[in-house]
Amino acid sequence: MFRPITLAAAVALSAGVAHAAGEAHFENHDFSFEGPFGSYDENQLQRGLQVFSQVCSGCHGIRYVPIRTLSDEGGPNLPEDQVRAYIDEYFIEVWDPEEQDYRAATPNDHFPPNTSVGAPDLSLMAKAREGGPDHIYSILTGYEEEPECALEGPPMDGFYNRAFANGAYPESCLDEEGHRTVEGSWIAMSQPLYGDDVVYQDGTEATLEQEVEDVSAFLMWAAEPHMMERKEMGFRAILMLGLLSVLLYLTNKRIWAPVKARLKGETPAE
Amino acid sequence: MSGIPHDHYEPKSGGEKWLHRRLPVVSLLYDTLMIPTPKNLNWMWIWGIVLVFCLVMQIVTGIILVMHYTAHVDMAFASVEHIMRDVNGGWAIRYVHANGASLFFVAVYLHIFRGLYYGSYKEPREVTWIIGMLIFVLMMGTAFMGYVLPWGQMSFWGATVITGLFGAIPFIGEAIQTWLLGGPAVGNATLNRFLSLHYLLPFIILGLVIVHVWAFHTTGNNNPTGVEVRRSSKKEAEADTLPFWPYFVIKDLFALAVVLVAFFAIVGYLPNALGHPDNYIEANPMATPAHIVPEWYFLPFYAILRAFTNDVWIVIAANWITAGLVDAKFFGVLAMFGAIIVMALAPWLDTSGVRSGRYRPMFKWWFWLLVIDFAVLTYAGGQPAEGIWPTVSLLGATYWFAYFLVILPLLGVIEKPTTPPATIEEDFNAHYSKTTGGTSTTGATAPNPAE
Repeated sequence: MFRPITLAAAVALSAGVAHAAGEAHFENHDFSFEGPFGSYDENQLQRGLQVFSQVCSGCHGIRYVPIRTLSDEGGPNLPEDQVRAYIDEYFIEVWDPEEQDYRAATPNDHFPPNTSVGAPDLSLMAKAREGGPDHIYSILTGYEEEPECALEGPPMDGFYNRAFANGAYPESCLDEEGHRTVEGSWIAMSQPLYGDDVVYQDGTEATLEQEVEDVSAFLMWAAEPHMMERKEMGFRAILMLGLLSVLLYLTNKRIWAPVKARLKGETPAE
Repeated sequence: MSGIPHDHYEPKSGGEKWLHRRLPVVSLLYDTLMIPTPKNLNWMWIWGIVLVFCLVMQIVTGIILVMHYTAHVDMAFASVEHIMRDVNGGWAIRYVHANGASLFFVAVYLHIFRGLYYGSYKEPREVTWIIGMLIFVLMMGTAFMGYVLPWGQMSFWGATVITGLFGAIPFIGEAIQTWLLGGPAVGNATLNRFLSLHYLLPFIILGLVIVHVWAFHTTGNNNPTGVEVRRSSKKEAEADTLPFWPYFVIKDLFALAVVLVAFFAIVGYLPNALGHPDNYIEANPMATPAHIVPEWYFLPFYAILRAFTNDVWIVIAANWITAGLVDAKFFGVLAMFGAIIVMALAPWLDTSGVRSGRYRPMFKWWFWLLVIDFAVLTYAGGQPAEGIWPTVSLLGATYWFAYFLVILPLLGVIEKPTTPPATIEEDFNAHYSKTTGGTSTTGATAPNPAE
């Protein structure tokens, strides 16, 4: 099911992003929303929201996402009372510029930004990296023991991640020609998910893979909340324009037929 | 309007006569729509309609986007997200607009290469060609400024790099750069003027499109044979042409519908495939992206810009002759703009008496090599400037200039063209009488008028 390929190969045709850094492991995961007819799994998005709220949101914000959109169809589709309950449960507060103070969020507010430790906002993370949700999946499952070569040099800041391309890299892991001998690099974020980090409300077993898949899907939704509508529009547009093409093709053929028929010595059909 | 003899508009009813005496607008529309059009036009003549459609689509979607967009460095990125999330159908309008730019350039490149192959730039259509080149340059300016507006990382750094090109001009470069940016660096003033110009230029393009159409309605369309429509009598003219309506309108609309199927497949299923992921990161003047890459449609010219580095002999020579005035950076800028200028000068550089490439056995090869060259430059422009890519770009750029400055002038002298048909009618008849159904191989029966 998992097709491990290297990021460098995946993006070789695009701008060559991977050239700057070394190669990184890339996990091409099968998500439910892939393909022309793929769609978000409502339950998965709700589980992903739970993982985000209980783990990720400690350091990361999703500031562009309005809280009310949690009840959008084609999204997590939480009933409105559950959205309010969610706000209460997680004590979500937003800065009110008029009152010059924090107050409890309403569904019309956005998720608050989180700059506490300088972690990037995740609203658009699934569109802001080559590979999108697969990239997020790869990073979250990419934590491994530091390779032995790294232990030869001075200790590294951060954490070794085989899927992270653009982080710090120890000189002791370069060969004589300066090429990298291990994939990935060192990332500032410590491993956030190990499995059993949350207790899913729907009873799903919270394995590492499950949590990572759920939160990656949730972040894809956060970045592209109208994906379902978009695919539907694409489908309808192709269908209607396809039909229009056929009609125009037949019209065109008919209009030109008399002009061409004359040449073949047939009776002009006029 | 055109010099081809044809029936003109005659006002019939009292109302029509009344209006016609005061403002002959119906006559203008009639003559435009009913213009005699060479009946042998092939499928490469459909891109004009696609381009008009693109222009209108971009203006309409753009006007709606401006209603919700905020041109301020602190708010632009968030306002685009507001469009994508909160505005009804905003995501669709933005994706159509963003990908519409790509469709626009696909169509314009095919339109330009059609003109180059069939000699549409040649006498008497030089003015049409020059206006077309002006439209192309304005399109590039408009697209470049439009890409800056979402205020992502590529927006910001693209703007920094491209306006930096003007800084390479000796003496006045820095002043021009500051004037373009409205300050010492890309900032709020830049964003505001780019929005203003991004809104203005499409209307100038629209005006030029009208002049472009007017020009070729005066000379008459070119066609795949490059043979002119006979004008000595109305009967002969009618044997060579058909009115634009309905024959070509329906044909073009059919082609447009097919093109739009592909377009909406991209918009619906791969709306970000042609963009860069970095542009979903808000602009940050403190963090430079690893590779600053322009939009795909600029890549061939970007490759030419980067091809001329310090170690190229012609750059060294230019540097020495001008006593250091022309350095590698300025040379690159001159080459990039020069690449478009030599193309604009094609009418005077092409010395061949035969218009259409169809009857030019040697030209054909060089032309297709130019098409390949264009594709190679597009690819090379997207690669980092290391390894073999600078060399590939340099070879590609050299061929681009050689094609226009050496090959086109020489071919007219050394090439022995074959004989084009005497008339358009002859070409059309030869094409449709040799097979049973012309281009249609399904053997469909002629339509029954009584149906």
